[in-house]
Amino acid sequence: MKPSKRITFNRRSFLKTSALASGGMLIGFNLFNACKPDAKMPVDLSQLNYNDFNAFIKISPEGKVTIFSPNPEIGQGVKTSMPMLIAEELEVAWDDVYVEQGKLDTKNYTRQVAGGSQSIRQGWEPLRQTGATARQMLINAAAARWGVDASECTAKVGVITNSKGETLGYGDVVLEASVLEVPEDVTLKDPKDFTIIGKGKGNVDIDKIITGKPLFGIDYKEEGMLYATVLRPPAFGQILVSYDDSGARSLPGVIDVITIGKKVRDYQESGKWNWSMKMSNSDKVVVIAKTTWDAMKGKSAIRATWKTETPLESSGNHDSILLDLLNGNEFNTMRKDGNVKEAFTSADKVMERVYESPFLPHNTLEPMNFFANVTPDKVHLVGPVQTPQAAAEVVSDLLGRDIEDIHVEMTRMGGGFGRRLYGDFVYEAAEISNAIQKPIKIVSSREDDMTTGVYRPSTKYKIAASIKDGKLTGYHLKEACVNGNMYGSIPNFFPAGAIENYQVDTANYKSNITTGAWRAPFTNFLASAEQSFFDELAEELGLDRVQLHMDLLDKVKKNPDPKIDYSPERLQGVLKLAVEKSNWGKTEAGVYQGLSVYYCHNTHVAEVADITMENGVPNVKKVTCAIDCGIVINPLGAMNQAKGGVIDGIGHALYSDFGFSNGIPQSNNFNTYQLIRMGQTPKVDVHFIESNIDPTGLGEPTLPPVGAAVANAIYKATGKRLTKQPYISNMNVSEKVLG
Amino acid sequence: MPTFTLKINNKSHTVEADMDTPLLWVLRDQIDLVGTKYGCGIGQCGACNIHVNGNVMRSCLLQVSQAEGMDITTIEGLSENGDHPVQKAWKEVDVPQCGYCQAGQIMTASAFLNNNPSPSELEIRNAMNGNICRCAAYNSIEEAVKVASKKIS
Ligand code: FES
Ligand code: FES
Repeated sequence: MKPSKRITFNRRSFLKTSALASGGMLIGFNLFNACKPDAKMPVDLSQLNYNDFNAFIKISPEGKVTIFSPNPEIGQGVKTSMPMLIAEELEVAWDDVYVEQGKLDTKNYTRQVAGGSQSIRQGWEPLRQTGATARQMLINAAAARWGVDASECTAKVGVITNSKGETLGYGDVVLEASVLEVPEDVTLKDPKDFTIIGKGKGNVDIDKIITGKPLFGIDYKEEGMLYATVLRPPAFGQILVSYDDSGARSLPGVIDVITIGKKVRDYQESGKWNWSMKMSNSDKVVVIAKTTWDAMKGKSAIRATWKTETPLESSGNHDSILLDLLNGNEFNTMRKDGNVKEAFTSADKVMERVYESPFLPHNTLEPMNFFANVTPDKVHLVGPVQTPQAAAEVVSDLLGRDIEDIHVEMTRMGGGFGRRLYGDFVYEAAEISNAIQKPIKIVSSREDDMTTGVYRPSTKYKIAASIKDGKLTGYHLKEACVNGNMYGSIPNFFPAGAIENYQVDTANYKSNITTGAWRAPFTNFLASAEQSFFDELAEELGLDRVQLHMDLLDKVKKNPDPKIDYSPERLQGVLKLAVEKSNWGKTEAGVYQGLSVYYCHNTHVAEVADITMENGVPNVKKVTCAIDCGIVINPLGAMNQAKGGVIDGIGHALYSDFGFSNGIPQSNNFNTYQLIRMGQTPKVDVHFIESNIDPTGLGEPTLPPVGAAVANAIYKATGKRLTKQPYISNMNVSEKVLG
Repeated sequence: MPTFTLKINNKSHTVEADMDTPLLWVLRDQIDLVGTKYGCGIGQCGACNIHVNGNVMRSCLLQVSQAEGMDITTIEGLSENGDHPVQKAWKEVDVPQCGYCQAGQIMTASAFLNNNPSPSELEIRNAMNGNICRCAAYNSIEEAVKVASKKIS
């Protein structure tokens, strides 16, 4: 795939400009939709209106560029890589570019979900086009001033030069440019001329982060703001009966104790539904206080009585229910090629394994929190949420307010991992502020956060393969999961297309425990299962592990399958690179290697884990990670994300466990729930495939494969195949790992 | 409620609070120093780490009544202009992902390097083991401590 040198685009209808009253040029643009014909461009920065535009670019008379973007930042570096795209095409020095997180007063913002690694993939072209259009307008203005043809002028680092060598800075022509017609066709730069894309750029918020400036939702304050804590049912399946708040009310810092829940119940009972609302419909007790600590103390002083409304579930039940589902006959078939049944009947040998994973909380280090101020003229919501549009819609319905009254402002997020796609804390904050008509911020304690989550559901897989005449003839993947199942194109990931008889079936069990997306939904464990299975399968077939994959991928190349959602060439590419960079098969004594190769979130990844065993405990020393994610926009950010994904994946595959007993979560803080710590981390050695293909996501794809890479290495060291996560708990070793 | 006089970042502050209020919440809610973060409240994560008389401590476990008379430094007071060698190293390596844990990481690293300016890799890993980074930016944190150590020694 060669980049075309002169790609032209028509962005005219996606973009509008104005001259700012304070001086400078303002460009408002949309990424995916044309601007509404009546969309008005503001002439004052206090009037930026994200109902009509996705984002704005200001070019000051000094030639400085500020990008106002409401796109949330959840540690994926999007806030840095998005402006890089604009700045590249606009031709300005990176040091002259500033980014401000815009306020989102919206009902129509197109892409505000910072999840699924999609932000960059979807915004890549439109952002470049926007920058290129702005550059062309500035050039046109300069050309008009000089009375020359625009084609004789070039722009570089904020300076326009004509054929006579005369120059004008961007700032000199912003006024003229702002009233010009938006050009129809603009030319994008050739990737080989990139000066910003592909060069490492630091996090744009770095100075604030390292000096402790207010930045996160939990840091947000307003004059007169009170703090609120919410007492929710201790067990899934319970609801509130009554409570005694005298202890709480006697505390000096406590201002009020109220109940909420009715608005959510009314919403749910009216038949309304929104995917972002995953929460108990019980009444909840809210303590309103002067400080967070007062509110937390007040909450502990509440004596509440709960009753069981729906059955209280335990992990033991989940295990047997899911195993029964896997052994049963009730499935949804997601993909079926050939006839696995026949392949299995006529096989010389059938290999079958079951893989198991627990529930997992997200545990963003910044616990859930949100600010709400409900007043007669507007509803002001501020905080860390990944889905402001859904939040605005639901709050509008909950409170019976016009959508125009709802103003959502996003702060930087102390981690997301999928948790902040769900707006339960926003809805609670809105209901509380609505009840007392005062500005409040709800703050969850770690215990609240961990025990009233929207968990990664416990999932089990049964994988069976048939072997005949030393060849792999059939592959049957069955999934049993709590509340949901794999979706989208997952059934078309590898090995779909590589095996003649292939089938993917799913089944699920409906639980009253709230579950949802967790970094790399479904693939986060599916990859561990399948890539462990392939390791064993290669052994069974007497084939080299790498060779088995190369052969299967060759088959796909020979018989292209239009339905598959991966590139066999690119998977082979990362596999080769990982093998080469990891010194696969050539380690020193006492070091054991495991391999895993996987495609998800549009990105191809291969990983090799090097482990040693110390007193029977595996110690992951190094992970070599080869990635094909197209053009790497910000190598520094990409490297950070890739390494984080690998280490996060190891932590959850090896150590983190979570379950329920009679509806009650069995861990509630980091003394019983283990997150990986520095002493347990390997060095992650990341290699990107050089590419000119459009970029794909990096927030997720390095996480799924690593579990199997580690499990396969442990097998080499111990001869034991691990099938149940967290692996450490299933190795009969004890390791003191808590801080 | 009793009042307490605290010396924070070389400035004196008088606050009214319950005796048992963790210093963390006094800093965040009453003195407006929100750089010190809440992560667990039980001494497990290190997000709330500060310096007390030069030693790193969990501000979620230190009651306001115990903090009187002590010399307290928070991330906001670590340097005048964000140019402590550890902060510079953090910037050079571009450590933060979400950034939430980083103030605590920096406070741990700066106190540690003060006592041990040229640590071994194992010493770094042990010193930083009490700080959780949920984004798992551990490789970069480790690297930045090494970079800072070179700047200091
Ligand atoms: S908040 Fe103090 S150690 Fe976690
Ligand atoms: S950077 Fe997110 S918790 Fe460390």
